[in-house]
Amino acid sequence: MYPIGLLVGRPGSSMDNKTGSWRSDKKPKFLQKDCIACNMCFEVCPEGCISGNGKNTYIADYDYCKGCGLCAYVCPKKDIEMIDEGEEL
Amino acid sequence: MAVVADPKQNLFASGHTACAGCGQAIAAKIVATVSGKKTVIANATGCLEVFTTKAPQTAWRVAWVHSLFENAAAVASGVEAAMRYLGKIDEVNVIAQGGDGGTADIGMGSLSGMLERGHDILYVCYDNEAYMNTGIQRSGLTPLDSNTTTSPVGKRSRGNPRPKKPLLEIAVAHNISYAASASVAFLPDLKKKVEKALSYKGPKFLQVHVPCPLGWRHDSSLTIEIAKLAVETGLYPLVEYEYGKLISVRKIKVKPVEEYLKLQGRFRHVLKDEEALNQVREVAKANIERYGLAL
Repeated sequence: MYPIGLLVGRPGSSMDNKTGSWRSDKKPKFLQKDCIACNMCFEVCPEGCISGNGKNTYIADYDYCKGCGLCAYVCPKKDIEMIDEGEEL
Repeated sequence: MAVVADPKQNLFASGHTACAGCGQAIAAKIVATVSGKKTVIANATGCLEVFTTKAPQTAWRVAWVHSLFENAAAVASGVEAAMRYLGKIDEVNVIAQGGDGGTADIGMGSLSGMLERGHDILYVCYDNEAYMNTGIQRSGLTPLDSNTTTSPVGKRSRGNPRPKKPLLEIAVAHNISYAASASVAFLPDLKKKVEKALSYKGPKFLQVHVPCPLGWRHDSSLTIEIAKLAVETGLYPLVEYEYGKLISVRKIKVKPVEEYLKLQGRFRHVLKDEEALNQVREVAKANIERYGLAL
């Protein structure tokens, strides 16, 4: 008997899709100056691609970031800026 | 020592194909992660199913099964019965989840059955207020006067003519142990409610308000702000029920509904139409009075 549906045996294998290529306009720049490590950007990121360990260490994984701008919007210290895709980080 | 933010701890991986700024992805990430590794999720058809499982990959790091649009609650019931038979029900969380269409319209029967039979399952409804996956058709949870592709605005129509279905009240009427509404704008509150719901035995129901930038026509960076305004204007009350009794409401400093409406393309016509605006104000007013939301 064969399984009728599709079985996926690799949890979290969506990491194979580098959705960062979807970004068309802006990308977040983590200034890492006034960060208070409140974790808000990490919590709201729909991609779950922000990491950090302590103040001024937070950074997005640009392989997956779609540039929605939510992290910059919720940052209470305005320590994340949305910059043009072509600009240097 | 500061909190460590490690994406590998999320039980919902990057690389899924949701639109930028998707509210449902934020809520699903929180629900899966709070539930923990020993969780089985039965997912209804919808955006969430489609964008997390682009075959042959999956964004889930927990056991996950999808069958049909209408039977997420029924599949979860079967999973729960199997876990009970194996004697594992106390160590495993069983979650059924779907969008507003899969819950309030298509899956209503199987949801009611699940609640009535008393399975130990948490049902999570991600309420983005229309069938977004298929192209923004109205659902039973689409709010009054919302512009969708099947309730378009024109000379003879101000959008969706019917009020939102009282889904939470329908779940509460089954006299289940725990039922609550939550919002992506209040993530600590959402986490607390998921944890609390999972601590109860028997069927539990959670309805989470999740903005959809595509369907609601707003900028992707405004997802959290809009969800917050929905709560603060009284249009989406955050309440908790335990065995049919209201146990808590989130009090608000009431803001005018225009602040919520003006950010969204689906309500653009409402702002130019005093009668439609009054209809929406009435909805907010009724909620505020009913739950005593005003501070």
